[in-house]
Amino acid sequence: MSHVFLYALVGTGLFTLGLYALIVHTHLLRKILAINVMGSGVFLVLVALAARARGAAPDPVPHAMVITGIVVAVSATALALALMVRVRAETGRAELSEERPE
Amino acid sequence: MNWDGWLPLLIVLSSLSVGLVIFFLPEERVATRTTLNLTGAVLKLVLVGVIIWGVVHRHHYETRLPLLPGLDLVLRADAESVLFVTLSSGLWLVTTVYAIGYLEGSPHRSRFFGFFSLCVAATVGVALAGNLITFLLFYELLTLATYPLIVHRGTDAAHQAGRAYLTYTIAGGALLLVGTVWLYGIAGSLEFSYRGFVAELADGHRAALIAIFALLIAGLAVKAALVPFHSWLPQAMVAPAPVSALLHAVAVVKAGAFGIVRVVYDVYGIEFAAGLGVTLPLATVAAVTIIYGSMRALFQDDLKRRLAFSTVSQVSYIVLGIALTGPIATIGGLVHLVHQGVMKITLFFCAGNLAETLGIHKVSEMNGVGRRMPWTMAAFTIGAFGMIGAPPLAGFISKWYLGLGALDAGQGWVIFILAGSSLLNAGYFLPILYAAWFKAPPDTWPAERSFGRRETAWALLAPPVVTALLTLALGLLASAPFSPLQWARSITTLEYAP
Amino acid sequence: MALTMAAIPWGVMAILLPLAGAMACFLSPRRASPLGLITALGVVACAAGLGWQVAEQGAQRYAIGGWGAPLGIDLYADGLSLLMLMVTAVVGLGISVYSSGYFNREKAVNFWPLWMFLWSALNALFLSADIFNLYVTLELLGLAAVALVALAGGADALTGAMRYLLVSLLGSLAYLLGVALLYHSFGCLDIALLAERMEPSPAVMAAMGLMSAGLLLKTALFPLHFWLPPAHASAPAPVSALLSALVVKASFYILLRLWLDVFPVTAAGLGQLLGLLGAAAVLWGGLQALRQTRLKMLIAYSTVAQLGYLFLAFPLGSNVAWQGALYLLLSHALAKAAMFMAAGNILCFGGHDRIADLDRVAQRLPLSLAAFGLAGVSIMGLPPSGGFIAKWLLLEAAMRSGQWWWVIILILGGLLAAAYVFKVIGYAFTQAVMTHEARAVPATMEWAALVLALVAILLGLVAPWPLALMEIGLPFGGEAAG
Repeated sequence: MSHVFLYALVGTGLFTLGLYALIVHTHLLRKILAINVMGSGVFLVLVALAARARGAAPDPVPHAMVITGIVVAVSATALALALMVRVRAETGRAELSEERPE
Repeated sequence: MNWDGWLPLLIVLSSLSVGLVIFFLPEERVATRTTLNLTGAVLKLVLVGVIIWGVVHRHHYETRLPLLPGLDLVLRADAESVLFVTLSSGLWLVTTVYAIGYLEGSPHRSRFFGFFSLCVAATVGVALAGNLITFLLFYELLTLATYPLIVHRGTDAAHQAGRAYLTYTIAGGALLLVGTVWLYGIAGSLEFSYRGFVAELADGHRAALIAIFALLIAGLAVKAALVPFHSWLPQAMVAPAPVSALLHAVAVVKAGAFGIVRVVYDVYGIEFAAGLGVTLPLATVAAVTIIYGSMRALFQDDLKRRLAFSTVSQVSYIVLGIALTGPIATIGGLVHLVHQGVMKITLFFCAGNLAETLGIHKVSEMNGVGRRMPWTMAAFTIGAFGMIGAPPLAGFISKWYLGLGALDAGQGWVIFILAGSSLLNAGYFLPILYAAWFKAPPDTWPAERSFGRRETAWALLAPPVVTALLTLALGLLASAPFSPLQWARSITTLEYAP
Repeated sequence: MALTMAAIPWGVMAILLPLAGAMACFLSPRRASPLGLITALGVVACAAGLGWQVAEQGAQRYAIGGWGAPLGIDLYADGLSLLMLMVTAVVGLGISVYSSGYFNREKAVNFWPLWMFLWSALNALFLSADIFNLYVTLELLGLAAVALVALAGGADALTGAMRYLLVSLLGSLAYLLGVALLYHSFGCLDIALLAERMEPSPAVMAAMGLMSAGLLLKTALFPLHFWLPPAHASAPAPVSALLSALVVKASFYILLRLWLDVFPVTAAGLGQLLGLLGAAAVLWGGLQALRQTRLKMLIAYSTVAQLGYLFLAFPLGSNVAWQGALYLLLSHALAKAAMFMAAGNILCFGGHDRIADLDRVAQRLPLSLAAFGLAGVSIMGLPPSGGFIAKWLLLEAAMRSGQWWWVIILILGGLLAAAYVFKVIGYAFTQAVMTHEARAVPATMEWAALVLALVAILLGLVAPWPLALMEIGLPFGGEAAG
């Protein structure tokens, strides 16, 4: 089971790295990429946890979850990219403005 | 159809529906609006008359609607509610006539009369409430309905007064709410009953009950203008005179005082409350307010502000009567609820007349006005003497009972308070009367409007004359079968254990 | 008749009908508005039908495709889901009527399909019976909501939408990781099965932490509320209404379900923390609302404050407390939607929503101002209104459990709300100079706002019925939890 554990650990690590990048970077493209990395991390954890006893077929339910998750992630990324382009067009910078509209 | 179950609700709805319709009337439809107003007022009076007849003949009027699981919205006609609802409905009719005359030609009348009707609907709801949560509901509704009336003129002073009013009343409402929920948690019921329900249901929670009493009274003391929660009342005098009349005599201040009546008698029961030791502090606060209000009134030059401080002082007579343990004091307090209302409204109507007809707002401008407006000043004189407590006017009756009741309850110091207050009342009313009748008038009045040969418009003149005559009648005919005095007597019999 | 009523799967129809409506609006853009309105009425009918079904026959479980848990997707309607569905239907109808007057042709073409998708996602979320389906519907909801926010087009709206999207995705991913851990621990996704098999373990604690964090981010609980005011204030008025009234409640609903059904044994200490954060939200949101110069920002911060109240039920935990929180959720949905609609009317008529210059505009829109006032009464928790009933129930729960400090928070929150509501209402009574212009606000928009506000007030007078409905299926564990 140990390499399953490794996969799960890597997945969690990706999640954390992605979270860090999301908070720290200001450029929108980097934030979107960070979200994608986080998503991949979660999917990796799911796939790792699908493992069953050695030799038996893996549990299909987490795989189904991953596939659904990938579809959602793709649509969300598409929306995010389109929004980023519009933000860039309106404000001239692909960043979230720091001032709140008070 | 069982009318007994719906009559209380109908009384509330009679002005609520009128108010809602008036909101949608265009400004120009004066005749429609006047008709609606007066019809509503008369209808309400008729329904109240039916209730009085019914209660005398032992009918049981109660509307009960579910509000929460375990708590109902209860509107009930018991002895105290009939007292208050009659006062409110009768004085509302008079005030409506006055307001129609007073606001002639001013802007936003539909909005004004809409909230005016809502205000009376809320007052009647307060009067007819059969348990503490229904009382609370209509009490807060009263706050919401009166705020637009106070800020009606839209000036900065009006907004300032409105802000002060809201700060006090909403905070007071919050205290009342906390007290009510707490009491419900301990006692499991909030229904008013003669001689109170707390004694049976809440044994063994003395400290909590004292705290709850303090919370409830504090919440009610705001509207009843007890010191130190009284500051909003003089500021609210920037509102038009009909609003001041309504606030002081008919609705807001009376609702607070009535609430204190309910809490002391129908929630705690007077003997249980005395046993808890909360009535003496309440009497002390009332006494302080009586003296403080009268003293502040001495130094006011603005007529309405002087009357406002006079109200602060006079309403505490009611609270004093309630807080003194003894049937005679109770009678005094309850009957003063009615008498003070009638006398005060007379004074405010007259003040409004002086302002509208001659532009007089200050006492110092009132020299010789008795010659120019004799009927108005005659009514004012009657009201003023009633406030001082001169026989045979209504005010004398209440003070007499309060004095006797104080002796009966063993609280002799109250006599000094009453005597002192009467002197102070004389101190701030008699100079006005002297100036009005015996001093020479100025060459021109601040802002005179001419009404031909009449002293002022009919709608402005009739109401104060009517209420002044009523003041006289309530004093002279106090021992007649259906006078407020007799009614107060029967309530007292019900509230004290045999 | 009763037999056919019972046989129709009203819950499924409540999900499919808006989907079909969305497609129809997308395919025939010229008739988008009327189609949208018809769909809205249809959804209200479905909610009513489901209500009848649940009231008559108790909680309903429907297995999609006939497969059933644990492999298939189940739909489950108990009292709690039913009430969420019904309030969504009522508010949704109001928003649909409002939007038919608000949007011009080009914007309407984009608005209606997105709104119908969002509504379908909401209904599906409230009826989901397993935690992964909740993830899917939550994502759908988030994407539709972001697109709707971006509809307004300016820099503010687009930045607000972008921030909202990133926050939404972050929250969902945290939730999904939690789902993965739960599945690994217990081998099932169905909420009812999880409730049976639940036992504490480090993985479960981690899952609870992750899922709660993700959902709290989406529900904008202090201090994770930073994304809400910019997004809600810069969106078009009907979108602000549906965001504040409905979308933030969806993640709260999921949190509630998890808390009540899946995590009850493990969650004791967390309750006080949630209550504390809720209290901070109430005070912070209220104070910030007072400082705002724009009306929509004020209303958005009011949402932050009101959402804080919902979390006061967690440390109290009794039946009465949950009833209070839910009743607040219902009343707030109606009142907040009415408020945003009224603000939208003022904005539409006057071209701006600066509070200081409100009087000249507001006094010419008496119906909208009345709507704002009545909605404000519910927000302040003054009687008679749904907000008052909710406040009463929460106060009762707090006093019964002896946790006094929540009483102070509830009262202070009410006072702050009164301050910022009357700050706006005061502008209705000034001596502003009036010019006579034709009114440009359609009557449907004013009346939609007023009707929703009136329903919020009405909720204060009919409380026993929704409270009884809430108990069907014992989502709160019945009296044992009180």
